[in-house]
Amino acid sequence: MKLALRLLARESRAGELTLMFIALVVAVAAVTTVSFFTDRVRQALTSQANQLLAADMILISDHPIPVSFEAQAMAFGLSSAHTLAFPSMVIQGTRNQLAEVKGVSLGYPLRGELNLSRALFGPVEPARSGPQPGTAWADARLMQALGLKIGEVIELGQARLTLAAVIAKEPDRAGDFFNIAPRLMVHVDDIAATSLIQPGSRVGYRLLIAGEAKALSAYRKWAETRLARGERIEGVSDARPEIRAALERAERYLGLAALVSAILAAVAVALASRQFVLRHLDSCAVLRCLGASQAAIFRLYLIQFVILGLAASAVGSLIGFGGQAGLAEFMRGRIVNDLPTPSLWPLAEGLGVGLLLLLAFGLPPLMRLKSVPTLRVLRRELGVPKQLGLASYALGAATVAGVLMYRAGEIKLGLYVLAGLSGVVLGGLLLGGLLLHVIASLRGRVRGVWFYGLANVGRRRASSLTQIIGFALGLMALLLLTLVRGDLLASWQSSLPPDAPNRFVINIQPDQLPRLEQFFHAQKLESPVLYPMVRGRLVAINERPINAKDYPEERAQRLVEREFNLSWAALVRSDNRITAGHWWRAQEVADQFSVEQGIAETLGIKLNDRLTYEIAGTRVTGRVTSLRKVDWDTMRVNFFVIGSPALLQTQPATYITSFHLPAGREALLNDLVRQFPNFTVIDVAAIMSDVRAIMERVSEAVTFVFLFTLLAGLVVLYAAVMATRDERLYEAAVMRTLGAATRQLANAQWIEFATLGALAGVLAATGASVSAFVLAQQVLHLPFVFNPWVWVVGVVGGAAGITLAGMMATRSVLRTPPLSVLRRINA
Amino acid sequence: MSAPFIIQAEQLTKTVALEAGPLTILHDISFQIKSGESVAIVGASGSGKSTLLGLLAGLDEPSSGSVRVKGEALFVLDEDGRAALRGRCMGFVFQSFQLLPMLTALENVMLPLELAGSNDARSRAQRILDRVGLGSRMQHYPKQLSGGEQQRVAIARAFVTEPALLLADEPTGNLDSATGANVIELLFALNRERGATLLLVTHDTALASRCGRSLRLDAGRLVAGA
Repeated sequence: MKLALRLLARESRAGELTLMFIALVVAVAAVTTVSFFTDRVRQALTSQANQLLAADMILISDHPIPVSFEAQAMAFGLSSAHTLAFPSMVIQGTRNQLAEVKGVSLGYPLRGELNLSRALFGPVEPARSGPQPGTAWADARLMQALGLKIGEVIELGQARLTLAAVIAKEPDRAGDFFNIAPRLMVHVDDIAATSLIQPGSRVGYRLLIAGEAKALSAYRKWAETRLARGERIEGVSDARPEIRAALERAERYLGLAALVSAILAAVAVALASRQFVLRHLDSCAVLRCLGASQAAIFRLYLIQFVILGLAASAVGSLIGFGGQAGLAEFMRGRIVNDLPTPSLWPLAEGLGVGLLLLLAFGLPPLMRLKSVPTLRVLRRELGVPKQLGLASYALGAATVAGVLMYRAGEIKLGLYVLAGLSGVVLGGLLLGGLLLHVIASLRGRVRGVWFYGLANVGRRRASSLTQIIGFALGLMALLLLTLVRGDLLASWQSSLPPDAPNRFVINIQPDQLPRLEQFFHAQKLESPVLYPMVRGRLVAINERPINAKDYPEERAQRLVEREFNLSWAALVRSDNRITAGHWWRAQEVADQFSVEQGIAETLGIKLNDRLTYEIAGTRVTGRVTSLRKVDWDTMRVNFFVIGSPALLQTQPATYITSFHLPAGREALLNDLVRQFPNFTVIDVAAIMSDVRAIMERVSEAVTFVFLFTLLAGLVVLYAAVMATRDERLYEAAVMRTLGAATRQLANAQWIEFATLGALAGVLAATGASVSAFVLAQQVLHLPFVFNPWVWVVGVVGGAAGITLAGMMATRSVLRTPPLSVLRRINA
Repeated sequence: MSAPFIIQAEQLTKTVALEAGPLTILHDISFQIKSGESVAIVGASGSGKSTLLGLLAGLDEPSSGSVRVKGEALFVLDEDGRAALRGRCMGFVFQSFQLLPMLTALENVMLPLELAGSNDARSRAQRILDRVGLGSRMQHYPKQLSGGEQQRVAIARAFVTEPALLLADEPTGNLDSATGANVIELLFALNRERGATLLLVTHDTALASRCGRSLRLDAGRLVAGA
C-alpha cells in the first residue's frame, strides 16, 4: 500500500498519469455538468409549466374541500390558496350575461402572473393578488358584452360589487379548454353574500398548492390516500397534455445529451488506459525481474487506479459543479430568472461513474499487465499482450451499457442507443477492416509521403481499427446530437408556427356552415377546417355495461362519467399516427372506431373491442379497428375517439373549428358573435404564447447542453490523439534519423490523420444516420428527414478535426530532436 | 553437497515454434558455476547468449532440462516463486538499462529494496549511488542522464540488494568504448567488494578476458568453457 502510494506520487510527479487524469477529469466533468444542469433546467421547466396551473399541484373537488387538506399543506411547509368557480348571470342595469364566476383567496395565484389593466384595452400591469372584498374584475369579453366601465357597480346574485379592473391574463384560465363563458373574478369571501351557492349548484372547488418538490411529493402521497369521492389531485403533467408532450421531449433530449457525454467519457478513459498499459509494459517486466510477484504488481496498479480514479472524479465533479453554475449564471433570465438549487446527487454520480469507468476499462488491461513476460527486459519485442485489442474492452463495454441504461432513465431509449453503439463497433470492425484492406493495397500504388502516411495506417491494423472506432463513436455521438437537435427544433417550430390557430369556435350548427364560409371569405381569412362533434357517453365495452366504480383510477372514472366529444372522419390526419390496427378505407361501411392510445390504456380498451356510446338517447356500437397517437402540442382540434363516417354521420352534430386570427383584428370576433349568436369563441392566444415561451426556452437549454457536449467531445478527441503520441514520436524519430525532412514528416502525419479521420467520419455518419432514423421513429416520435449533410460534415469534419487535434498533439514530434526521442523511448 | 555451485544447468534445450517449423535455439547445454566466480557467455549474434541468460535467471522456461540456483530447482517454482528468488539473490544489468522513466535515479535504486519491504531503502540507495559516483544526480530522471550515467544507476540498482548472483546482458552494448570501460571497472570493483558471482553476456573479447572463464556458444551449442 505504502509502495503503491509512493509509486503513484512518483509517477504523477513525472507526468506519467497526466493523460489518464485529464481524460477522467474531462469525462466526469462532462457527465456532472450535464447532469447538474439538466437537473436544474428540468426543475425550472416544470416550475414554469406549473404557472399554467397557477400552482405546482391542485386538488380539485365538486364539494368544499375539507380544511384538513389545507392545514396539512401548511404542516408540510407548502403554501396554499383556494378558489371556487361556478356559472352565474352577471347583471348591470338592464343587461345581463352568463359568466364563469371565480372566487379567489389571498395568495392567488401561487405560480404565474395575474395581469390586469385599469381600462378596456389599457396598459397591462401585474397584480399582486386577486380582487379586494367588495370589488370584482371582469375579462374583456364580459366588459364588451355588458358595455361595462371601471368603477361601475354590478349585481352578482344578492351582492353588489364595484368593478375595479380588467383581467388581461389569468394564469390558470387555460386549464379547462372548453370553458365557454366570460370571466368575473371576485374575492372568495364575497361569495357567501351572493347566496348563489345552493345545494345542487355546479361549483368547482380548487385548493392550490406550491412549494419544494420533496414536500410536494410527500404531500401528494399523504393526500392521495385521503381523497373522497369527487376529489382529485393534478400536477402539471396530469392537466396539460400539450405541455407534457413538450416537456417529455425536452427531458429525453437532455437525457440523450447526458448519455452522449457518458459515451465520450468512456471513449476517453478506454484510450487513456490503453496508453497507460502500453507505457507500463517495461515497468512491469522490470518489477518482475526485481522480484515482485504477479499479485503484488496487480495490487500495486489497482491501488494506483483507485486513488487516481477518486482524485480525478472529485476534481471532475467539482469542475462540473462550477461549470453548471457558470452556465446557469449565463442562462439567467433566459430560461427562468432563478434556477432552483441543484441537488448534490450529480456529485456522487460523477464520482461513481468516474471510478466505474476507470476500473471497467483499466482492470482487463491490468490483468494482462501483471502477466507481461519477464523476458521482455531482454527482448523488447516480446510481451505486448495480444488481447489488448477490442476483446479487452468487453468489461468496459458492459459497464458502459450499464451506465447508459442508468443515464437513459428509460429502458427503450437506453436500448436504442446501446444498439446504435454496438452497431457502430461491429460495423466498424467490418467496414473499417475492409477500408484498411483497401488502403493497404493502395499503398503499393502511391509514392513518397503518401506511401508512409498510408503505410502508418495500414501497418498496425488492429491499433488503427481501435482508434478509428474510438474516433467514430465520439464523432457519431456528436453528429447524432446535431441531427436530432435540428430535427427536434424544426419539428417544434413547425408544430407551433406563428400562424398556428389561436381561436376556437364551437357550437356551430350544420345549417350555419355555408354562412360561416361566406363570413370568413368576406373577412379575407382562409376558410376554416370544420370538424363535426357528436356528444356521447361510453356505456358499454364488448356489450358489458361499464361503471365508474370498475376503474380504480380517478381519471378513468371521470372519463366514464362525462360525455365524450366524438367526431367522424374519412381520412386520418397528419398529426395522428396509427400505432395499432389500420384506418378504415373510404368506401367501407362497417361501424368502426379509432381510439387515442393513452385513453385506450386508461379505460382498458383494446383493438377489436366493441364500444357502445349513448348519443342523444340512442345507442351506437362499433368495433375498435385502430389505436392512434396524437401530437397534442400542435394546438389543433383533436379527438380522443373518432368514428367511421358510416357510424356517426347520421347522429346530431355540431361543428368545431380553429383558426388563426392575426393580432389587431380582434374586433372581427364581435361581428362573428353578432351574426352567429349561438357561437362560442374561445381565445387560446394567451395559452399559445405560454406554450411557445416554454418551447423557446427548452430550445435554448438544448442548444447550450449541446454546445457543452460538443466541447467535451473535442477535448476527448484531443486526448485520443494524445494517447498514440508515443508511438508517433518514435516513428517520427526513426524516420528523421533515416533522413526524412520535417515537411515530409508533417505531410505523412497529415495524411495519416486525415485518412483515419475520414474513415471514422464515414463510420460515424452511417451510425448517426441510422440511429437518428430509429430515434426519430421510435423514441422522439418525429418524422425523419434524411440529411445528406451528415456525410459531408462527418467525413470532412472527421478528417479536419482529427488532423487538427492530431497535429496539435504531435507538434512536438516535429520539433523534438530524434536522438532525444530515441533515447527516451529506449531508456 | 553441491553447495559451492551457485548455478547448475543440466541439458538445457530451448525450442520455439515458428511458422516455418520448430527452431531450436539452445541444444542440450550443461555447465556449473561456483560461488564467487566471474563467467562470460560469449558468441556471435544469434548464437543464443541472451536466451541462455534468460533461462538462468528464470525469465523464460526451457523446453527441457533444468537449472538450480543455490541448489534450488528453478523450474519447479511458478513465475511468482521465481520472481521471489530473483528478488532474494539476483541482480540484473541490461544492455538497454531498463530504468523506469517515471522514477528518479534514487527512486529507481530504491525500488527493489521497497519491493522487498526494506525500511532503510533511501539511505542504502543513497550510499550506493554515492559509491557509483552519482551522488549529485540522484534527483534526475533517466532521460536527463547520459547513457553511461544511466548504466551506473542500473548497476547501483543491481547491487543495492547485495545479491549473491549478478547477471549482466551486454552491459556495454549501448555505450561508447571509454564510457563502457568505466562501467566495466565499476562492475568488477563492486563485484569484488561484495563477493558476488558475476555472469555476463558479451561479444566484447576484452571484457570476456577479464572474467575467470568464458562459456562459448555457437549456433545454440556450448563449444567451450563447460
